[in-house]
Parts: sequence; structure tokens; C-alpha cells
Amino acid sequence: MIKAIGYRAAQALIVAALIGVLTFLMMRALPGDIAFRIAAGRYGYDAVNAAAAEAVRQELNLDQSALAAFFQWFGDLLRLDFGRSVISGRPVVEEIRHQLGASLQLAGAALAISLFIGPPLGVLAGLRAGGWLDRSLLVVSTALRSVPQFMLGLLLIVIVSIQLRWLPPAGYGQVAHFILPATTLALGLAAVSARVARDAMAGVASSSYYAFGRWKGLDEGQVFRRHGLRNIGVPLVTFIGLQLVMLVEGVVVIESIFAWPGIGHALVHAIFGRDVPMVQATALMLGIGFVALNALVDLLTHWIDPRGAQR
Amino acid sequence: MSAVEHSAIAQQRGNWASTSWLGFTLVGAIILFALVTPLAFPADPAKQSLRHVFAGPDLAAPFGYDHLGRSLMARLAHALRLSLSIAGAAVLSSSVVGIAIGVLAAWQGGWVDRFASLVADSFLALPGLLLVLMVSAIVPLQPLAFWVGLTLVLWIEYFRLTRAAVQRLINSPAVEASRLLGFGPIYVFRRHFWPALAPMMLTLAAFGMATAIMSIAALGFVSVGMRPPTPELGLMMVELLPYYREAPFALMTPVIATFFVLLGLNLVAGGARS
Repeated sequence: MIKAIGYRAAQALIVAALIGVLTFLMMRALPGDIAFRIAAGRYGYDAVNAAAAEAVRQELNLDQSALAAFFQWFGDLLRLDFGRSVISGRPVVEEIRHQLGASLQLAGAALAISLFIGPPLGVLAGLRAGGWLDRSLLVVSTALRSVPQFMLGLLLIVIVSIQLRWLPPAGYGQVAHFILPATTLALGLAAVSARVARDAMAGVASSSYYAFGRWKGLDEGQVFRRHGLRNIGVPLVTFIGLQLVMLVEGVVVIESIFAWPGIGHALVHAIFGRDVPMVQATALMLGIGFVALNALVDLLTHWIDPRGAQR
Repeated sequence: MSAVEHSAIAQQRGNWASTSWLGFTLVGAIILFALVTPLAFPADPAKQSLRHVFAGPDLAAPFGYDHLGRSLMARLAHALRLSLSIAGAAVLSSSVVGIAIGVLAAWQGGWVDRFASLVADSFLALPGLLLVLMVSAIVPLQPLAFWVGLTLVLWIEYFRLTRAAVQRLINSPAVEASRLLGFGPIYVFRRHFWPALAPMMLTLAAFGMATAIMSIAALGFVSVGMRPPTPELGLMMVELLPYYREAPFALMTPVIATFFVLLGLNLVAGGARS
């Protein structure tokens, strides 16, 4: 257990280092004079002149050598000093604090909806493998996984917002704004978790201990609660852990589509404006978030099936 | 997305052969469409003609025209060519890199193995789309950026599977005998390792292609991928979305094409796996 946590902590450090290197390269790869670009980002391309660029160069100390800049960059990262957004000029930490909350709300809602749809349907299908529910679930989930998340979002906007005018296509603040982006993320997740739950349930339901449970007189509900639930729990939670990458990637794309003021939306905006400190902080949040979610899955599988620890 | 997670879909027994053939047919038809239509209906995908804005199909443009009067069929074919070639190139390079490093790591063992595994693990901890997005902001030329970024994402799966397979085989009597007889590493790879790896290659390639096509389209759709006026699937969708009411068919063209490419690739991979 301690080993698993240590592994995840090392992973988090490596992710931070990787993002540090990538964002530093990004800074260096920007075409043209960096001071000019930052000044243009702040004041607009029409209002920028050599004096403004020089002021930016002085302020951000852009004249140092590449190696010195890299060590300074890395030192700042290790001290969790993300600096200021080169576009808005405000501290990055302040900007991402609100965004992180919005992203967590969306991701949490999506995960909750997907757990509500996916595993129950999968279990029902798995209990009667080969039945009509099982077969139609296979078709639906095969079709769903061939629709990328952004396209699902697009289709939902077109059908629900434009055709039926039921829900607002974008925005933030009301419950109605949650429904479309959270459902988009949830459907993709549910398609996978339903299949995993179905396979795990079909395996458990055809096992001899399950048959014995029935044979000794337990009814369907009892045998499922006593012998089914925990046994399908481990593969299910492990696979949900594997597909969390879909959630993190989905947050980037879906937030941008639905104008959700979260981390992913901020990352795409920062990439678009080449606002490197913001790219660094948002990418770091997403990367560390992914590692943290995986650590949570480790803990959860350990709690469901403690046998793993004794090996 | 990893191949492990996709595998759940492939478990249904019985009709896998037919779905796999359906997948091959779909992918084949789309490749044929991308290759042949620009030859049969030669139209410049960037040529605007404002007289034809959202005009219906005619002989020069059998799918009609978009919001700037460009031929939708030409744009779709070129978008598919672009996505398929970037995806194909990324799968090819990542398989070469992944297999090479995997064999090297398992064969050498020791610190080479530990270092290679550490690098793979660190890339694995970073969500793929994030990596592609960051590389695309570093490398100036977009198709090149996607190729590099996707290779960085896709090589890991090849590396892990190759390393596991070779580790299983390296101490087997058969490999030992070959080496005692004086055969070189290339012979050992061809004779002993490749037959163990080959069956997985089709599945990995199909999943890799699907991941690549999805990433390119997703980043195009949120305006941080390919740049206009390049015809690209995600970019076509976001360009045509504001005109959905006037021209729903124009928007549906890239949507349907993307769906069938991914469906075909998923079916190929699912069939090959079971």
C-alpha cells in the first residue's frame, strides 16, 4: 500500500518535470521576439511598440542565457511559483483557483452520471448474457465509442439546444448549464464501464460459487449482494481508473466546446494565446489531477479486495 | 486510450469474424474514397466561389458546397487523406520506436530496462491529448507536430507489450539454442520474437489510428489543431456548426465520415483481438 502511494508520488514529480521541460521548450520555440509577443498579448497588436516590448523585457528579465533561464524556470516550478499570466498580468494561482473548482464540479457530475448509467446496465446485461439487453447494449456501446467526445457534444448541442431548444448550448452558473457537458462526458464513460461491468458480471454469474449461492436457496438479490457485488467491484474500479484519462482529456475538449470556465478551457485559451505560465499551471493541474485520481483508484481497489496486499 | 480498455468491447463471442470483415470493408471504402475522389472530381479544396454558397450537389461537387462555396467532397477527401496519413505515419513510427526500445530493454535488462520503463511510465502518467496539445505548441509545422506528439503517445503501448513478450521468451530454450548456434540478434528477433508480437500488431495499429484521428479532430474542433483553410475533419465541423440551420447536411458530412472511420477501425481491432 505504502509502496503504491510512493509510486504515485514519484509519478506526480515526473509529470511536473515533464510539463516543466515542455513548457520551457514552448517558451523558447515561440517565433519572433518573445518580449514583443507578450507586449502584443497585453496591449493588442496595434498598440505595441519597441518601448513597450523593452519594458516587458526588463520586467520579465528576458535577456538571460537559455541554461540560466531553464534553471530559474525549474526552480520556480519546484517552489510552486507559477508567476503571472503574461496576458492578464494577474498571478496564475489566482486565475486557476476558480477554474479548478469549476472543472472538479463538471468532472464529478460526469462521473456520477456515468456510474448511474453504465454499471447498472452492464450488470443487468451480464446477468442474462446473450439476452436482448446484452445484444442491444453491445451495439449501442460500440457505436458510442466510435463517436469522439467532442462530436457527441456537438450532436447534443445540435439536437437538444438548436433543434429542441430545451437547454442552453453553453454557459455556467445554473443547473441547466451542467446537463449537456456532464452528459456528454458521462455517455463516453458509461459506454466503457457498461461493457466492463457486463463482462465481469457474466463471468461471476457463470461461476460455480454463484450457482452454489442460488442452489442453497438465496434469492437473486441476496446472491448478488453477497457474492456478486464485491467480485465485480475490482475489475470495474480498475477499469474506471484506466478510463479516467478519458475524463481528463474530455475536460479539455468539452469545456472548450461548452464555454465552461474550467482548467481545460483555460489551457486551450492559453495555448491559443501562447500564455506559457498559464499553460504550465493548467497542464500541471490536469496532469497531477490524473495521477491523484489514479492514486484514489489504488486505494479503492485495496479497500474492495484487501487480498492484493498480502501477496 | 489504451488497448486494454478497448478490449472489453471485443469479448462478445460468435460473430466476431463478420464484424471484423465489416470493419475492414468500412476502412477500405473510406481509404478508397479519400484516394479516388480527388482524381475523379478534381476540385481545389481551398477554392472559394461565393456564387455557390451552400449550393446543392452538382457534377463538379457531388456533396454540394460549404459556407464559402468550396466543394465539400474535395474538402472531405483531403481532410481524410490528411488524418489518415498523419495517423498512419504516427502508428508506423511509434511501432518501430516502441518495438526497438522494448526489445532493447528486455534484452539488456539492468539499468537500460529500468530507465526505459521509467520514461514510459512518465509518459503514461500524462494524458495523451495533453501531450499532443503541448507538442503542437512547440513544433511550428502542424502536421509534423501531430506526428511527433502522437508518436510520443502511441509508442508506449508497443513498448510495454514488446517488453513483456520478449522477457517471456528471452530465457526460453529455443532462444538460447539459437544464440548458442551463433545466430545474430536480427535472426533471433525474426525467428523468435516477431512471431509472438505479430498477432498483436493489427489491434494496436487500429487502436492507434483511431486515437490519432480522434486527437487530430478534437484539437481541430477547439481551434488549437490544424489551421484554416486546411481541410480537416474537426475544423470542418466547427466551421460549419454556425450554419447548421441553413445547411444541416454540410455539417453532417464530416461528422458521418469521422464516425465511420472510427467505427471501422474499432471493429477491425475488436475482431482481431478475440
